[in-house]
Amino acid sequence: MLSQERAPIYEALREFERRRVVPFDVPGHKRGRGNPELAALLGEQCVRMDVNSMKPLDNLCHPVSVIREAEELAAEAFGAAHAFLMVGGTTSAVQAMILSVVKRGEKVILPRNVHRSVMGAMVLCGAVPVYVDPACDDRLGIPLGMRREDVELAIKKHPNAKAVLVNNPTYYGICSDLKAIAKMAHDHGMLCLADEAHGTHFYFSDQLPMSAMEAGADMAAVSMHKSGGSLTQSSLLLTGPAMQEGHVRQIINLTQTTSGSYLLLSSLDISRRNLALRGREAFAQVVKLADYAREEINGIGGYYAFSKELINGDSVFDFDRTKLSVNTLNVGLAGIEVYDLLRDEYDIQIEFGDLGNFLAYLSIGDRPREIERLVSALSEVRRRFGKPDAAGLMRQEYIEPEVVLSPQDAFYAEKTSLPLTEAAGHVCSEFVMCYPPGIPILAPGERITEKIVEYIQYAKEKGCSMTGPEDPDIRRLNVLKGVY
Amino acid sequence: MEFWFSEHHTPHVKLSIRVDRQLYSGKSEFQRIDVFDSPEFGRFLTLDGYMMLTEKDEFIYHEMITHVPMAVHPRVRKVLVIGAGDGGVIRELTQYADLEHIDMVEIDPLVVEVCKKYLPKTACRLDDPRLTIHFEDGLRFIRSRKDEYDLIIVDSTDPFGPGEGLFTREFYGNCYKALKEDGILINQHESPFYPEDAAACQRAHKNIVESFPISKVYQAHIPTYPSGHWLFGFASKKYHPLKDLNETKWNMRGIPCRYYTTTLHKGAFYIPAYVEELLKHVE
Repeated sequence: MLSQERAPIYEALREFERRRVVPFDVPGHKRGRGNPELAALLGEQCVRMDVNSMKPLDNLCHPVSVIREAEELAAEAFGAAHAFLMVGGTTSAVQAMILSVVKRGEKVILPRNVHRSVMGAMVLCGAVPVYVDPACDDRLGIPLGMRREDVELAIKKHPNAKAVLVNNPTYYGICSDLKAIAKMAHDHGMLCLADEAHGTHFYFSDQLPMSAMEAGADMAAVSMHKSGGSLTQSSLLLTGPAMQEGHVRQIINLTQTTSGSYLLLSSLDISRRNLALRGREAFAQVVKLADYAREEINGIGGYYAFSKELINGDSVFDFDRTKLSVNTLNVGLAGIEVYDLLRDEYDIQIEFGDLGNFLAYLSIGDRPREIERLVSALSEVRRRFGKPDAAGLMRQEYIEPEVVLSPQDAFYAEKTSLPLTEAAGHVCSEFVMCYPPGIPILAPGERITEKIVEYIQYAKEKGCSMTGPEDPDIRRLNVLKGVY
Repeated sequence: MEFWFSEHHTPHVKLSIRVDRQLYSGKSEFQRIDVFDSPEFGRFLTLDGYMMLTEKDEFIYHEMITHVPMAVHPRVRKVLVIGAGDGGVIRELTQYADLEHIDMVEIDPLVVEVCKKYLPKTACRLDDPRLTIHFEDGLRFIRSRKDEYDLIIVDSTDPFGPGEGLFTREFYGNCYKALKEDGILINQHESPFYPEDAAACQRAHKNIVESFPISKVYQAHIPTYPSGHWLFGFASKKYHPLKDLNETKWNMRGIPCRYYTTTLHKGAFYIPAYVEELLKHVE
């Protein structure tokens, strides 16, 4: 086993460059010579590293040398039995998780606010979702984690389900009790999957929530390119001892490119080395910056930058302190308004804003001076644009979905469009998402009920942002033809 | 042996000054700091390789950034100076006997330490009893201040590196909030000449215009700064830099100057046509 100081893919690329090999293979830009404008944009060094799989550089589809070594080092760094380097974004890692554990007609237990990549995987494989209500914080208008008893109930009601998927953490930084949920799943012969798109840094800190591998999950999709520092679109899929490496590799190869980018692969390799060697220090600094920013933002007045005080032992089992999530309602502005003002007036781009909150993404690249700019701009936003009346939020309600058809069957079925008011009783063929709190009201294959129609109308009146349907005003919905 | 300090003013233009010897070189948390002795410009200070001041021409900058607002505002009692670790602005300000308090906010303690040791000609008044020095980020310091100062002087470095935050909309907005209802904000405003500096100059002007009702620009000629043509911003809630200039009162003070006169004050606001054009573009 190599030491974490090594970066085998990076080293092989360096060695390959030194040999000045004459390229009569793809890519056709031939070290950038065939595309000087691209070389000027990205830099000579970068285009020289954009090479094809070959013996000295291994092959992502069947790694036997340097990619294999890089995967082993990543597995060791993340405490996993195996790690797969992914080049199709964390979406590809999430889909590989789902496709590895369920097939057509089989069930998987999910929080209702799963990422769309999970639904994509269900369309591909034909599995059937069983949803768990992510509890919701009414004051902040954000979805929380799954309660242990809700997961237990879903497991009891669907004992033949194959797996439970958990967000660790959510976009806002909220964690469920992953360790208890993994144990529950295992006790009932199910696997536990973790969407760790926002949790790479959990593996390198004692101040942050427990990572999926430590909690005993069987697979985890880890966005190295988010908090880990690698290039956009690069990601990791981690597996525990219960998973068969060969099977997972086969699944990945169904949809993965056969021309894996060495820019992405080497960025994963270098980032893993950086995290293994310096990650603890770096994330301790991020936590410090985020805590400082929260203290300063809460000192402005009106804003509420929330943190571990939300922890309640169940639906908020833990909180990721690197996430700078801020509630804006008492400034009299929607989160999305603050998001727009920061960009348009102050040249500050944050991650997202919804009705009641915004999220500023902090990472290993941040410095105190940028934090000062963000805090000062927020103080100015309040001074210049704040309103005395707190913006009101609607009461959230969780409507248990009735899954009639699998997402795959709904996706491929014949469809027709109906006015919203006539849609009750039919099976929906599209998503209806409502922000806040960012939980779907309807997903493809679910029965539209009177209650759901009323809720959509109510949410529209309250000014919630609704997305998903072909008709952006949601006066009509696409439904399946025929009677189900 | 030839020993030269060179600074690129653009990728294709550089200014070189022959150096006798290097007196100091150090690195703080924020920047690299160097002090040299030179036959033509005397002692000079650079930060990250950029010229900050020379003994020979610093009087131009420090007189112009200080006396212009002091000759306009009828009653300056409390001043905030941001940056200015070399002490030049403080030296000028402390000549006003009726000034009661100066807060100076410098992010880098090492700059002050080095200037005190090697640049006594500018750092000579840093022990004035009316002065309080705060070592912190200017943007952070000003955030919590409200309706407090008659005058704010922003003696910043360039808009890249540690001084970047001092050219932003949020900073000027916070300055507006920190000033009294008749307060004045003066800032070093970069040069209008070379394209990159001109763009920074335009951005700063745009941000100030959006924050203050009166926003003018005045100029000075500083040989060691890029192009030698330098601008200052005069932003104000109430006083006009020319209509409210009180020449007699200022001249009665008898403050000795080598560059500033109340006549030059008036001329400094008449700027070249291309600069007017550049600024009008963002007003």
